[in-house]
Amino acid sequence: MSNPGKAFKRNIRENPYLLAGMIITALILLMILVGIFWTPYDPTQMNSAEKLQGISLRHIMGTDNMGRDVFSRVMYGSRITLLIAIGTVAIGTIVGTAIGAVTGYFGGMMDEILMRIIDALFAFPSILLALVIVSVFGTGWIQLLVALGIAFVPSYARIVRGEFLRCRNMDYVENARLQGVSDLRMIFVHILPNIKGVLASSILIGFNNAVLAEAGLSYLGVGSQPPYASLGKMLSDAQQYMFTTPSYVLCPGIVIVLMVLGFAFLGEGISRWK
Amino acid sequence: MNENTVLEVENLNVFYKNNKSSLFSQNKKIQALFDVSLSMEEGEVLAIAGESGSGKSTLARTIVGINRDYTGRITKKYENDTPQMVFQDPYSSLNPAKKIGWLLKEPLRVDRNKKWTATEMDIRVKEIMEEIELPMSMLERSPAQLSGGQRQRICIGIALMRSPKLLIADEPVSALDVTIQAQILELLENLHKKHGISIIFISHDLRVVYKISDHVMIMKDGRVVEYGKTRDVYLNPQHEYTSQLLKAAGIIQE
Ligand SMILES: Nc1ncnc2c1ncn2[C@@H]1O[C@H](COP(=O)(O)OP(=O)(O)OP(=O)(O)O)[C@@H](O)[C@H]1O
Ligand SMILES: [Mg+2]
Repeated sequence: MSNPGKAFKRNIRENPYLLAGMIITALILLMILVGIFWTPYDPTQMNSAEKLQGISLRHIMGTDNMGRDVFSRVMYGSRITLLIAIGTVAIGTIVGTAIGAVTGYFGGMMDEILMRIIDALFAFPSILLALVIVSVFGTGWIQLLVALGIAFVPSYARIVRGEFLRCRNMDYVENARLQGVSDLRMIFVHILPNIKGVLASSILIGFNNAVLAEAGLSYLGVGSQPPYASLGKMLSDAQQYMFTTPSYVLCPGIVIVLMVLGFAFLGEGISRWK
Repeated sequence: MNENTVLEVENLNVFYKNNKSSLFSQNKKIQALFDVSLSMEEGEVLAIAGESGSGKSTLARTIVGINRDYTGRITKKYENDTPQMVFQDPYSSLNPAKKIGWLLKEPLRVDRNKKWTATEMDIRVKEIMEEIELPMSMLERSPAQLSGGQRQRICIGIALMRSPKLLIADEPVSALDVTIQAQILELLENLHKKHGISIIFISHDLRVVYKISDHVMIMKDGRVVEYGKTRDVYLNPQHEYTSQLLKAAGIIQE
């Protein structure tokens, strides 16, 4: 029971979500990793002789309207999408956890004020919020990342605050307080490890939302700039050719779906971890 | 304060926030203790008994400093000594995310009076594990892998790590079954005999109180109804409520 390797094997066997999530995510990560060192073609190399081709042996995902190899671009674009998702979730989690932990733990006036601000932020859909931030700070994938990150803070702050409210008066916290544990140590060393399960699954859900939000925002024309494109940007570039060259839309679309599915299954798998 | 007194409480009134109070109502606070006074000698076992909701835990929590909203005076002989507490429910008073060994060392890591080296900590943990009669192999376990009685031993161990002068045990056995209760009580008695530590023992069980305590305080609705030497109180209860309790426990006849 205390052997982590055994527990892992048992979970893999009894928990199909975990297995499926790990396989899909591993495939995507493999594709991204390989893409760092090698792509079949230069993702920015245009070729007027091979525009808008369908799937073939030469171009396994076809080519785009400038004759660039879609698979190479998907390999590159997935990396950008993943980086944006990681950055977004990192900002959201770190800032959100800090705010949620402090407000939930201390309560009182500061909690009231911060939570009202968070509520106000929360009233906007996060995409809209990110759109506002991007329109103020300009487009580009760094701006997109920061904007989405800020937009993600409220949901993490809420989750973490709820958990801290639940934990702060528990006997084990008061017991530790009696021994002279400081507030900071209490928050990070004593309470935080108890909410890591909740955090882990909300981080994975966050990945999904970030991938989708990135796709949505890129679709609206903010975010990564040509010639490199995230998956969302590729999707939006491809839409005019939806009927003439369906592979151009479908391939990045399917990769987005797989990414989201992989994270979702992983999240579900972790929340069912026994 | 007398030289031999470890703890003196004078005219203590304790308040809780009234969560049900509306914006305009007068009662922002509920008073849980009314004018409680007590005085404890060094090495004494003071029992606090009374029905559920009478304020026993509130008194304990105010003495150790968890409840801060009070009027009156609490004087402790040892300034640098935080009284430690063993909680009622061993299932909730150990951090589920930590290993037993880690939990035992935590009071030493945060000790403001002394910087403990790793070796000193290990030695101290070993001493305490012997005192609470648990094998060293349990240090690697997490609280969920221990029985209720074992957890309560660990809680007692954690409380003893820095050798406090005053230990408060808030119904330490009421969540355990009868045979385990006896073992834990015996452990507490042995520790008391060996180290001469002063103990406030909170209990429902008047038979246990008689066996273990020098003085007893009977509480009802946040007030002290009777306070004195345990023998005197049991032989000659002054208050109707005390007699009722003793009768209900089958200690004196109708
Ligand atoms: N956090 C709180 N907020 C408001 N009221 C409280 C709080 N804790 C306790 N009380 C009230 O204070 C009174 C005394 O409670 P306390 O827990 O001290 O009783 P007790 O004697 O320890 O009971 P038990 O034997 O059930 O443990 C009760 O009326 C209770 O409702
Ligand atoms: Mg109580």
